[in-house]
Amino acid sequence: MRNIPFETVKQKVKEACIQANLILGEDVLESFRNGLAKEESPLGKEILEQLIENARIAREEKIPLCQDTGLAVFFVELGDQVAIQGGLLSDAINEGVREGYKEGNLRKSACHCFTRKNTGDNTPAIIHLEQVAGDKLRIVFCAKGGGSENMSRVTMLAPSDGVAGIENFVVNRVWEAQSNPCPPIIVGVGIGGTFERAALIAKKALLEPIGKRNPDPELAALEERLLGKINDLGIGPAGLGGRITALDVKVLMEPCHIASLPLAVNINCHSSRHQEIIF
Amino acid sequence: MKTLKPPVKREDVDALEIGDKVMISGVIYTGRDAAHKRLVDLLDKGEPLPFDIDGQLIFYVGPTPAPPGRPIGAAGPTTSYRMDAYAPRLIEKGLRGMIGKGPRAAPVVEAMKKYGAVYLGATGGAGALLAGAVKKAEVIAFDDLGPEAIRRLEVENFPVIVINDTRGNDLYKQNVQKYKKG
Repeated sequence: MRNIPFETVKQKVKEACIQANLILGEDVLESFRNGLAKEESPLGKEILEQLIENARIAREEKIPLCQDTGLAVFFVELGDQVAIQGGLLSDAINEGVREGYKEGNLRKSACHCFTRKNTGDNTPAIIHLEQVAGDKLRIVFCAKGGGSENMSRVTMLAPSDGVAGIENFVVNRVWEAQSNPCPPIIVGVGIGGTFERAALIAKKALLEPIGKRNPDPELAALEERLLGKINDLGIGPAGLGGRITALDVKVLMEPCHIASLPLAVNINCHSSRHQEIIF
Repeated sequence: MKTLKPPVKREDVDALEIGDKVMISGVIYTGRDAAHKRLVDLLDKGEPLPFDIDGQLIFYVGPTPAPPGRPIGAAGPTTSYRMDAYAPRLIEKGLRGMIGKGPRAAPVVEAMKKYGAVYLGATGGAGALLAGAVKKAEVIAFDDLGPEAIRRLEVENFPVIVINDTRGNDLYKQNVQKYKKG
């Protein structure tokens, strides 16, 4: 059994919250530069240039990339040979969030659904825990903004809708979202499982680096077709018209019930912030 | 490049057209979901608003806390449609402009035409960049709302683009049609 101290987990989670909100991933920056070369709209180009400059300011002046520093979402893979010493893993994560959002001057965006009273420390974190074999602990933190999350949807298609039905729903969702989710967006698509599993894998799909294709050739082809159709919509950077509406489309698929074809579309804004911690 | 210096008169906004790039300098007010609800609740009760809204601009933003030595943290626009239920009431009371991102509902566009107001787009997700245009920030109402409190901001050359003018035109619709294929 490998012991990992509670304090170590808390500390690393705290650092990840701060870092992810200040430093945009190189894959995202690279996709802005690639988009700049392809964008036909002068206004679209201007927006992409602003986003590159925004990332520079955030990194150098330590100002968060976006004021919406998100709800704190965690994907955790816990090895069966790992024990957290001194407390619960979920408590360590929540305490890391509490301290990270305070010390990092990040916005606290969690509130009561009815009264809208802020919880004050950006907790509770949203934690998805999976047990895996081995003596490693892997935690991926995502700062998930509300604007793009609001544009996400789950639907239960009929098996007869097939791949064409999936493509129509995804493309239509992006069309209806227009400028709301801060395009250029990244589109996570979860197919299969159950109602909630589709949503979960759609979000998990967003963790993969931009430009990386699904290893299954059929799903890789679906990702590319969807990206092409979405970028034909003309929404463009900031929704002001243009070629680059999405930076990438990510698909994950799992088996589903013989009666169902669950489908989830989880949209991420261009401020795609995540950070991996491996213990 | 055009400029706006609040308080803004009807003729100042009538002179703006969709696609115009505008630099705002002077005082603007922040307000988003919870603050809008409270403003409209005050109007319903016939009570005064915490600031004179006539001729003013409201920026839909909930900034991150100011780091030491700075007036504000990241300060980019939030999605505007969530304020659509409240905006016509404020426009009727003299609000001249809103700064946000994302399309507005028809009743908001109608109110803008009727009373003379504009909808201005700031770049979503450029919170670090836009913070540079904010020179001073002070909470003036609803402190308990934290990031959603109403702040009085002093801005210098805050960059926006006109999305809806006072004639009901819409930059998003016009430009997306230009680039839509099929």
